[in-house]
Amino acid sequence: MKTLLELEDVEARYGPIHALHGVSLAVQEGAIVAVLGPNGAGKTTTLRAVSGTVRRSGRIVFDGKALGRAGPAGAARLGIAHVPEGRGTFSELTVWENLRLGAYTRRGSIKSDVERVLTYFPWLSDRRRQQAGTLSGGEQQMLALARAFVQRPKLLLLDEPSLGLAPVLVAEIFRIVRELNEKEGLSVLVVEQNAHLALQAAQFGYVLEAGEIALSGTSAELRADESIQRSYLGY
Amino acid sequence: MPRFLSPLANVQPTVYLVVAGAVFLLVGSLDSARFASLTVGGVGVGAAYGSLALALVLIYRATHVINFAQGELAMLTTYIAYQLVQWGLSYWEAFFATLAIAFVLGTAIQVTIIRPVQHRSVIGTVIVTVGLFILIDGIASWRWGGIAYAQLPSPFGFGAWEVGGVPIQHLYAGMFGIVLASVLLVWALFRFTKIGLGMRAAALRPAAASLAGVRVDAMLALGWGFAAVLGAVAALMYEPSQFSGLTPTLMQTALVYAFAAAVLGGLESPAGALVGGLAIGVFLNMLAGYAPQVVSLEVPFAFAALLATLLIKPSGLFGQSQVQRV
Repeated sequence: MKTLLELEDVEARYGPIHALHGVSLAVQEGAIVAVLGPNGAGKTTTLRAVSGTVRRSGRIVFDGKALGRAGPAGAARLGIAHVPEGRGTFSELTVWENLRLGAYTRRGSIKSDVERVLTYFPWLSDRRRQQAGTLSGGEQQMLALARAFVQRPKLLLLDEPSLGLAPVLVAEIFRIVRELNEKEGLSVLVVEQNAHLALQAAQFGYVLEAGEIALSGTSAELRADESIQRSYLGY
Repeated sequence: MPRFLSPLANVQPTVYLVVAGAVFLLVGSLDSARFASLTVGGVGVGAAYGSLALALVLIYRATHVINFAQGELAMLTTYIAYQLVQWGLSYWEAFFATLAIAFVLGTAIQVTIIRPVQHRSVIGTVIVTVGLFILIDGIASWRWGGIAYAQLPSPFGFGAWEVGGVPIQHLYAGMFGIVLASVLLVWALFRFTKIGLGMRAAALRPAAASLAGVRVDAMLALGWGFAAVLGAVAALMYEPSQFSGLTPTLMQTALVYAFAAAVLGGLESPAGALVGGLAIGVFLNMLAGYAPQVVSLEVPFAFAALLATLLIKPSGLFGQSQVQRV
């Protein structure tokens, strides 16, 4: 299997604050990989380093190309879709305009893309003209996911999809992500507080602590690990 | 009162206010020819204020910066049009060439002067626009200030139609028409094109827009370009209505009125800027017509309108509270 994304000794900082101290990880093509860890461990920063929304150093190779200094718009054009924490839905725009933005980097009609995406989010089709801000929190999270998927990404970066949502909606979101992964071969790097859900969906996981990788392994290995059970799974 | 008890609860009070204002002007105009002709003049000049106010709103929405140089930039483009006419172009050739030059100029200023400072602080950027005001004023005075009496020909002439005994000057009708057409074009561009969607997204949420692949910096530069075009339309239309002719101070009071118009309409609202401009234009023209003894107080009256708006409804007539769920 081919490696789609590889981070090698990546560091990132916000002004004087060092958020990542040399993180190395890999995402294989067609895999779902979870990043776990306590608050402030650098999970979100890891995703930001990949999409170029934070200053970083070290080596990031995506799809055979070094990302170098590519910013977020450049990363999007290469096929990385980042759904940030807090959704990043344009609440003032309509649902349709939000989806349209997903295809911003492409020319031509997006009808077929949107139709395909709507098979995963059927309820969105009656709401095309609705202002996105009038959707519920869970619906906005799904819209953000739908928009990211219209981008036709090779890699989806998903940050805390469960944040502030009812458990039934969280389960629905993870179900859709798994379906996209199985049917469309979408690779996913997901940051998630809810380790149960994350390890259920993912094949592989990393545990970040204080800006460094503390542990890594297959989901089964991580589930069996005692320290993981104590800290994240609540046994 | 619960919403379902009042079928009109969804209609904003602002709509009533605007309709009431329009009815007032209409009834007044039917009653008095003098009132009507003052309304016509006010609407013509007010359209120019509205266009300049819209230019301010475009930049404010995207970056929360008030561009103090907007009026001077508009004045500069008017001199460029003047120069082109001097060189032998017809009025309309010069008009469209000037709009193209204004677009390039606005974009270039954003890229070279504003972009390096915009990420530091809003107030720093505002101060840079004040510096830009002085710079452009200096350039225009140095290059064209010595001309004793410069004037751009009026493209509409100085004739008038008679409608029920009320003269409707071609000048004012033309101003209103051209401004309305350019505003509608800019609105359609923002509303219906992909680049317009990119500009709106970049203005609303720069970080999320860039994650979708929108090049936010390029969108801000284009925004300055379109604002400069609207300013140029305002100044080109405004200049023939002024007895002073073309001077480097042409747009300075107009900028004050445009500020008042933009604040009155709500700084975030393009429609508000236009309505605000028309309201200020008509109000000041009435003031000049019915109370000529206080005509030198026009600027203070505009400030009073600005202050009253900020005190009574700081979000302006068209300012909306965003619907957002978290």
